[in-house]
Amino acid sequence: MYEMYYTLILILDSTVRLSTPLLLACLAGLYSERAGVVDIGLEGKMLGAAFGAGAVGYLTADAWAGLLAGIAVSVGLGLIHGFASITNRGNQIVSGVAINFLAMGLTALLGQTWFRQGGKTPALPEGGRFRDITFPFAEELRDVPVIGPLYSELLSGHNILVYLAFLAVPLTWWVLFRTRFGLRLRAVGENPAAVDTAGISVTWLRYRAVIACGVLCGFAGSYLSIAQSSGFIKDMTAGKGFIALAALIFAKWKPANAMFACLLFGFLDAVAIRLQGQSIPGIGEIPVQFFQALPYILTVILLAGFIGRAIPPKAAGIPYLKERS
Amino acid sequence: MRSCATRGNGPAPGGPRMSEDIHVKKVLTLGTALAGLAFSVVGAAAADIQPAVLYDLGGRFDKSFNEGAYNGAEKFKEDTGTEYRDFEIQNDSQREQALRNFAKRGMNPVIAIGFSQANAVEKVAKEFPDTQFAIVDMVVDLPNVRSILFKEHEGSYIVGVAAAMASETGKVGFVGGMDIPLISKFACGYKQGVMATDEDAEIFENMTGTTGAAWNDPVKGGELAKSQFDRGADVIYHAAGGTGIGVLQAAADAGKLGIGVDSNQNGLHPGSVLTSMLKRVDKAVYKAFEDAQNDSWSSGIEVLGLKEGGVDWAVDDNNAELITDEMKASVDDAKAKIISGEIEVHDYMSDQSCPF
Repeated sequence: MYEMYYTLILILDSTVRLSTPLLLACLAGLYSERAGVVDIGLEGKMLGAAFGAGAVGYLTADAWAGLLAGIAVSVGLGLIHGFASITNRGNQIVSGVAINFLAMGLTALLGQTWFRQGGKTPALPEGGRFRDITFPFAEELRDVPVIGPLYSELLSGHNILVYLAFLAVPLTWWVLFRTRFGLRLRAVGENPAAVDTAGISVTWLRYRAVIACGVLCGFAGSYLSIAQSSGFIKDMTAGKGFIALAALIFAKWKPANAMFACLLFGFLDAVAIRLQGQSIPGIGEIPVQFFQALPYILTVILLAGFIGRAIPPKAAGIPYLKERS
Repeated sequence: MRSCATRGNGPAPGGPRMSEDIHVKKVLTLGTALAGLAFSVVGAAAADIQPAVLYDLGGRFDKSFNEGAYNGAEKFKEDTGTEYRDFEIQNDSQREQALRNFAKRGMNPVIAIGFSQANAVEKVAKEFPDTQFAIVDMVVDLPNVRSILFKEHEGSYIVGVAAAMASETGKVGFVGGMDIPLISKFACGYKQGVMATDEDAEIFENMTGTTGAAWNDPVKGGELAKSQFDRGADVIYHAAGGTGIGVLQAAADAGKLGIGVDSNQNGLHPGSVLTSMLKRVDKAVYKAFEDAQNDSWSSGIEVLGLKEGGVDWAVDDNNAELITDEMKASVDDAKAKIISGEIEVHDYMSDQSCPF
């Protein structure tokens, strides 16, 4: 029994690590889409940020400098998306896809030119990486039954970005639902004409949303390259941006739901990793492929039958035209 | 010059006419400009082979088998002065084009690296029956193709022996990349090596995924390794390309041991990488070039094992402290026995199953 409990704690521990990048990217998408800018380029921004963070983290041996670089790259890509889709009223999907391709190609090219390791950055030096934080007394409490593992395995022993990601959830909720900026941001995603009539700049609001999205994507990408692993690898996001996008729809564009959706996806991933190749009593060994398909099967089933319709912000995807002339 | 023109005007198998005409024009203008230069180069070269290498996705400097191929080709160039051409593909659809291009330009032999090139090689080799092709890691059964295979199971066996001896908990792990028979071949040889050394050893085996993305997911690799460490493993062998970087990192973070693959990865985390299972693609490429030059080219299947020096384990300054004399003796003993045939390492691909 206790063995099972301990295993569960370890799975949850792994869940937290795996859902962090999803959660950051999902919240990033939340800001953008709530303001009416559909962002399919989450993946590309994460990848760009991962590369920026990996490269600068390697060169400066300073994780914080790496994080800043990651955020800068991601915000830069976000502004390109903004320029194309807000200022020039281009199609947001097309622009987002372009960002993805741009990031995929540029990171590989620059990585190869600068480091000559097949698009990889070299392994980070000491200090170039966010290390795990151990809470006080974590080691002493490890052997205390029940709460010991809970405290020392699950709560303690993550890097700072993990804690920041989970703090970003209430913060996002507060910003979006309790501040004037948040109210306007949501309004601009539902009915930009009304916001414009009230004398508030739709363009500037949407740009701020895109920048907020860029900052969070920067965290997500940096987490991949300088916290969870050590260094950038070509295409290391491996579709996480798209899973975050699915989680966003799953969560009906709400911050707390987003957290639960990302935790669920992370949990399924962790279970898949843990149970792979182990036989389960009464069932036997379950094929790897089943576990890998599980998140997608679940998404389809839950979206089709249980969650109900996910209604996006009304003005999402529609460029705002101030006046027809 | 003349050869250029005849080649250009000849029938283009499969190629669209329009682009072919443009191509001819380009070749002609380029040819006129370079004619003098070209003749001098041909005159100076020691032999008249024009080898070419086509790398797999991952590229020339992947610190793995593509880089091995590059090193082999570079060494040949250094030793003989023979220039070669190479190409790094960006996506799957370029394989065929690149191979056809090489063949059309008269490159011979053309070496394709990686099992994913099999379909392209098969198709293009049929179109150019006079060009010699070689493919690494896969069998293409055509009269003008040399299929180069490695006995990865033998190399994996000897690192399995080392792993079992280095393990204090009696539990070791394996993390594979994509779930394909080739990777099961690594896993099975490794298991046999571990079991032969320590019958009671427990082995955890995980595959990263079922798609190509499984080669490039260090995050998942790290998680798989952590999960195996949590279950008590203290040595993990990976055969997972870029994903394995995450495995070795997780091992270094946890103060445990990892085992590298394909090329020498001991230097990635000195002191935390027990050894690496080497796959000498460089030797295979060098030999193919050499055979072509000496007119001793042979088609068909060529299998490189411990005996031929095609696979080995890596011992250098980075892991010298981890390798005990006892371990070295056992591994050398296992090597000698495999070479003499006393130990037969099971090849997963021979019957698609692993008895261990």
